[in-house]
Amino acid sequence: MFLPIILWTDALIFVLLAVIAAFAFYARQHEHLRAPWRRVAQTPAAVSAAVVLLAFVAVGFLDSLHFRQAIEPAGNAEAKRPAGAATAYAPEVKSVLDVALAHLSSRTERTYSAPLATHAYAKETMEVPGRGQVRDYPRLRNGGAHLKDAETEWGWDILLTVFKGMGLALFAWSIAAFLLLIAVKPTAPAYASIGAFSDAVWRGKTVVPWRTVLITLGLIFLIVVPATLLARGYHVLGTDKVGQDVLFLSLKSIRTALVIGTLTTLVMLPFAVLFGIMAGYFCGWIDDIIQYLYTTLNSIPGVLLIAAAVLVLQVQMEASPELFPTTAQRADFRLLFLCIILGVTSWTGLCRLLRGEALKLRELEYVQAAQAFGVSHWNIMLRHILPNVMHIVLISVVMDFSGLVLAEAVLSYVGVGVDPSMISFGTMINAARLEMGREPMVWWSLASAFMFMLVLVLAANLFADAVRDAFDPRVRVSPRNRHMAEAAAA
Amino acid sequence: MSDTLLNISGLKTWIDVEPAPVRAVDGIDLEIRRGETFAVVGESGCGKSMTALSILRLLPETAEIVAGNAQLGATELFELTERDMRDVRGRRIAMIFQEPTTSLNPVLTVGAQVEEVLRRHGRLSPQAMRKRIVELLDQVGIPDAERRAGEYPFQFSGGMKQRVMVAMALAGDPDLLIADEPTTALDVTIQAQVLDLLRKLQRERGMSILLITHDLGIVASMAHRVAVMYAGRIVEVADRQQFFASPQHPYSRKLFEALPGAEGRGGALAVIRGQVPPLTAAFHGCRFADRCDFAYERCGQGEPALMPVAPDTSGHRVRCVHVTEKGRFPARSRPVAVTTGTLGTGAPADAAPLLIVRDLKVHFPIRKGLLKRTVAYVKAVDGISLDIAAGRTLALVGESGCGKTTAGKAILQLIRPTAGSVNFQGAELTALRGEALRGYRSDIQIIFQDPYASLNPRMRVGDILSEGLLALGVAGHAMNQPGVRDLARDAIQKRVDELLDQVGLPKDAQRRYPHEFSGGQRQRIAIARALAVKPRLIVCDEPTSALDVSVQAQILNLLKSLQSELGLSYLFITHNLAVVEFLAHEVAVMYLGRIIERGTVDEVLRSPAHPYTQALLAAVPRIDKDVNREMGSGGTTAEAAKQGELPSPVNTPAGCHFHPRCASAKDECRREYPGSSTLTRSHVVNCWKYPIGK
Amino acid sequence: MTAYIVRRCLYAVLILIGVNLITFWLFFKVNTPDDMARMQLGAKRVTAEAITRWKAEHGYDKPLIFNAEAAGMSRMTDTLYFQKSLEMFRFNFGQSDDGRDISHEIQTRMWPSLALALPVFLIGLAAYISFALLMAFFRATYIDFWGVVLCIAMMSISGLFYIIGGQYLVAKIWSLVPISGYAPGIDAAKFLFLPVLIGIIGGIGSSARWYRTIFLEEVSRDYVRTARAKGLAETTVFFRHVLKNAMIPILTGAVVAIPLLFMGSLISESFFGIPGLGSYTIEAIQAQDFGVVRSMVFIGSVLYILGLLLTDISYTLVDPRVRFE
Repeated sequence: MFLPIILWTDALIFVLLAVIAAFAFYARQHEHLRAPWRRVAQTPAAVSAAVVLLAFVAVGFLDSLHFRQAIEPAGNAEAKRPAGAATAYAPEVKSVLDVALAHLSSRTERTYSAPLATHAYAKETMEVPGRGQVRDYPRLRNGGAHLKDAETEWGWDILLTVFKGMGLALFAWSIAAFLLLIAVKPTAPAYASIGAFSDAVWRGKTVVPWRTVLITLGLIFLIVVPATLLARGYHVLGTDKVGQDVLFLSLKSIRTALVIGTLTTLVMLPFAVLFGIMAGYFCGWIDDIIQYLYTTLNSIPGVLLIAAAVLVLQVQMEASPELFPTTAQRADFRLLFLCIILGVTSWTGLCRLLRGEALKLRELEYVQAAQAFGVSHWNIMLRHILPNVMHIVLISVVMDFSGLVLAEAVLSYVGVGVDPSMISFGTMINAARLEMGREPMVWWSLASAFMFMLVLVLAANLFADAVRDAFDPRVRVSPRNRHMAEAAAA
Repeated sequence: MSDTLLNISGLKTWIDVEPAPVRAVDGIDLEIRRGETFAVVGESGCGKSMTALSILRLLPETAEIVAGNAQLGATELFELTERDMRDVRGRRIAMIFQEPTTSLNPVLTVGAQVEEVLRRHGRLSPQAMRKRIVELLDQVGIPDAERRAGEYPFQFSGGMKQRVMVAMALAGDPDLLIADEPTTALDVTIQAQVLDLLRKLQRERGMSILLITHDLGIVASMAHRVAVMYAGRIVEVADRQQFFASPQHPYSRKLFEALPGAEGRGGALAVIRGQVPPLTAAFHGCRFADRCDFAYERCGQGEPALMPVAPDTSGHRVRCVHVTEKGRFPARSRPVAVTTGTLGTGAPADAAPLLIVRDLKVHFPIRKGLLKRTVAYVKAVDGISLDIAAGRTLALVGESGCGKTTAGKAILQLIRPTAGSVNFQGAELTALRGEALRGYRSDIQIIFQDPYASLNPRMRVGDILSEGLLALGVAGHAMNQPGVRDLARDAIQKRVDELLDQVGLPKDAQRRYPHEFSGGQRQRIAIARALAVKPRLIVCDEPTSALDVSVQAQILNLLKSLQSELGLSYLFITHNLAVVEFLAHEVAVMYLGRIIERGTVDEVLRSPAHPYTQALLAAVPRIDKDVNREMGSGGTTAEAAKQGELPSPVNTPAGCHFHPRCASAKDECRREYPGSSTLTRSHVVNCWKYPIGK
Repeated sequence: MTAYIVRRCLYAVLILIGVNLITFWLFFKVNTPDDMARMQLGAKRVTAEAITRWKAEHGYDKPLIFNAEAAGMSRMTDTLYFQKSLEMFRFNFGQSDDGRDISHEIQTRMWPSLALALPVFLIGLAAYISFALLMAFFRATYIDFWGVVLCIAMMSISGLFYIIGGQYLVAKIWSLVPISGYAPGIDAAKFLFLPVLIGIIGGIGSSARWYRTIFLEEVSRDYVRTARAKGLAETTVFFRHVLKNAMIPILTGAVVAIPLLFMGSLISESFFGIPGLGSYTIEAIQAQDFGVVRSMVFIGSVLYILGLLLTDISYTLVDPRVRFE
């Protein structure tokens, strides 16, 4: 019935998830990796941030399962079709999230409408039977369409839905909390019964701050469930200029942000690690070449290099449209390219950090002991250097994430970010930036993008901070590289 | 008593760490009199530095004084406000630290750092201030003080920096100077200089010194009274004479017995079994009971009090039930340690040489200028020759920077020599490359100084031990063939078990990570790693200098017994002459990249010929059995040679390298490097005092 | 020391050559003049003649690196590499697509950029250091804790929102300053006030937190304990000992940005309508004017490399350990 499509970025996301899973498996068996993660898990701010991040990741993951729907043959066309002929698929690539949010994306308005509005934002001249031409706020096609008398019922309806949603949220939350507590209950005799354990959780006495987890989860439920109920009848965050639901746009932007924030690092990681360790371990001419390489790349202002590369790509993509059968594939390729070029401009920081560390490690006595055994250089780098710099790699991956998400917004504003057809925070801001100047002001698009980004980036920053403190508070990941594009903005 | 300067009672300092606070200092009482040097001695982690920092209230943020008083004259230090406490610091109590290099501010001139104290604690006119700074620097023996006051700390050598620290401490004219391991980071000749300086200043000014150290030799040459600390408690207090004549506490006695030296040469050193107990829990008995050879049931029932040894010797008090309740201590002759016994004396001296090194040179180029041309060389190793016979130990002795470590690594080909030959059983190692060299890798192995840096923290002990086996294919040559692999794995497993047994570690150690082991245990692992490939010769690069004396004894015993069991040869690189005396058969003394004297242990250590060797020996603080001798009376013959410092190996002095520091330097010494003089068949020295050749 | 600086200069030239080659490869090899012409002329239905004509008009009708048709030296000089890429070393950037002289544009536009970027840099540096000092001085107290929380929150907000929010609040609601625009001379102040303020606020989060870690690292060093053992007051310890040491990495780290101040800031300038190099670059990117983008890449690299040189030199001035080497 449908044809699964794996876009380039989807594939890389799956690879990334596999890498994370493999790393988790590996870390479980290695105390030196498990201990710092345990410390992270004991930081309330970090677990709270992790829960929020997981919620975002869930949305992004649903948005990464792509497919093309089969075109339903109309009526009796079935009979006419030769047996065994290929099913025709819609040209449009959809994701699971699109299907789940179909009621949001399909019910568009003509233009702006405020959050939860029943009427349009601007007066229009319309024909009213019996009154002729009237200038008034027209009813929306979908927002509050279920109300007979919008003026009187509106407030109550919203209030009722919110209360209903909160009740439902609390109900769902208590089930989730119960399941969670059963799942994580330690076997220690002090927590023999689930009651004793939940009591300890309630008083905040557990090692992992489960109370914080539950509170965060509760807050998410309290926001998500009522919003879901409201979204059935209203545009919770309003609509934009072309009448698209802003909540839908915001949710779709999450995947773009996550892809930029993670794949960029994934793409550049092999180069940074390999070159950094090689430069530091071998010294001499190999070091000279690698240093020259990254100093040269570093000396081209990041934004300009990205701009130049993206411009060139645009030209190339326009020159050969046949490579990209659907707009989704085209946009996806551009996203991937953006990740790569962002990676090219951002690997130098990590590379330099690793070079310095490898330079120190190569003088250490265990490396010399290995040399005294005649262990090959490759094996020394793999067994002795790499495991001892992994914490730096990890720290820089988590610390880079938020910077990259912010960079996407700036680059999209400049016009060298993601494809204009791709929904992202950057394109949302770009489209909405003139709305602040309108009378009356249209604020909800920007406010939504702002809130979603703030929550995502703040959670990422808090989490990264805890990871850095747990693994090595002394590693100094310079902000200069992190906020390369941000620096251009400021 | 009116002559009491500082009286500490019931001091408890805890360090707040997860999961439970560490009771670093757990109720100590001590009294320091005016004008005396009071030494607190103990092994690392016993709380002696924390005691010192508590007195000045300079503890790190995690540590806290939880109980106790400290009375300085009429002042109760722990009740002062922070503001008033600052008037005490630097003015009434000054402190110098272990690491002069990091303890001075790198971006302020030395003069400015001394000036700060003067400005804080006194009022002087700018001219008077300037004069006083120069005067102070002059007083601590910094030559050309006027000019050097304007220089930065990095322009000073380690010993000179410590002198600056002393000058800073003196600037406030304190009543009490706390010296926390003041010479541990320094070389032995420099240490002698700094200790001399402290003694001299104390005599002149009559100030008290609280000396924190781990070195009984320093205590013997410096202290009036001694306190021994163990696990956060003082276990014995005595006058120096009483202490060295008859140490009472079993722990104090063990510290003496564990000291290596000539006496123990044939046998094994006494060791203290086990480790210092964790200080996180409360103790219910004597803290030393678990490790004590004399412990009996009473030791576990309540901690003994610090009681006078005998009614008449009020000054000598000890915390041991044997002494204070039973009134006497068990006879010393009782067999104390399992490892005691003869460990063999090594192979006969005339065995055929295993390793022959001739004219080995390692020069590092110094590149400067626009094109990075080589303008000079650091002559780290400048033509050394030595032979090591199978089953024998050659000690390579010298101060830091003399090139001994580089020489060791060059012999292993870890650093490629610039010139010379390293001949191992007929094979010229310097000529070998790649696979051919790898063939000899299993014959020569190395053990390093720092037990923390020498084991990869990310590898399990089992993997660390099998690394060499895998790399050199000692256990199985065909690891990649499927059928053989299991066989090889079994062989490796068996070998790892065997190795752990050999170095006295349990079998389950192989599944653990290095950080779970103490320093001594880690050094055992490092030894096992070297042994894994069945080497004939092991280069031991200061393997015990990072360890406490009781642990050092364990490692030295182990090395010695391995030598007699396996017939190993050692090239033992060290600066510690006591260790040399205990372990080595032959000795070579290095100075600025060259060997200046070599011979058998007895020849070199009993009748040193070279003035440098003489100075080196004289500089070692000795624990003299004649406890009544005047403190600090080092060998006067070599007094002059203790002056000055090791010159840089870039600009080596013309002629004999040692002549600028040598008291008996003559014209020819300044002109030309002396040739070898053969004193006996084995004793060779390079000095103009002796007829060349012969 | 002179030899050291001369060597760094030579290295800088080497890097510049590398940058030049990369940009040449990107702008002429990957993206051929034909592509450029096609894009400028718009749509896909362009005739071959139109392309040739466009190339001739804009001086792109030459071989890349070797002109086989020319004679003598001009075999080398009459090429795209020589005329479009090597000429940049003489700061001769040619003309933009709308026919203006790029060098002239750069010369006039860099002053407004500097007028915006310099105050941001100087006031910002002072503000960040003060804030970081405050946090470090009151380390492990609520001031420090909430300071760090504020920093993390502020660095979680995109710079775009600072600008949009600032414009809305200060310029639109309070009407204190014009929303955007620029005037030369002293009148610039009222236009620059808001962008400078926003530029400073936008950088507080990451910079202040970064400096705080540097301060804290210095606080934990041994010489600080020595200073306390002298009986010095905590303020003296902090401002005389810690500050002096911490300023070395902070100042030398900031020096690298000084030459780049001429480049201005992309986003700020375009939002506030300041006719600087930042907005020039953005306009060029949006108009897909490769000549201008190429020039800006080159200029940016030159300035960055200059910054690296200044960093090297500043180290030798600030740090006695390097100065006396």
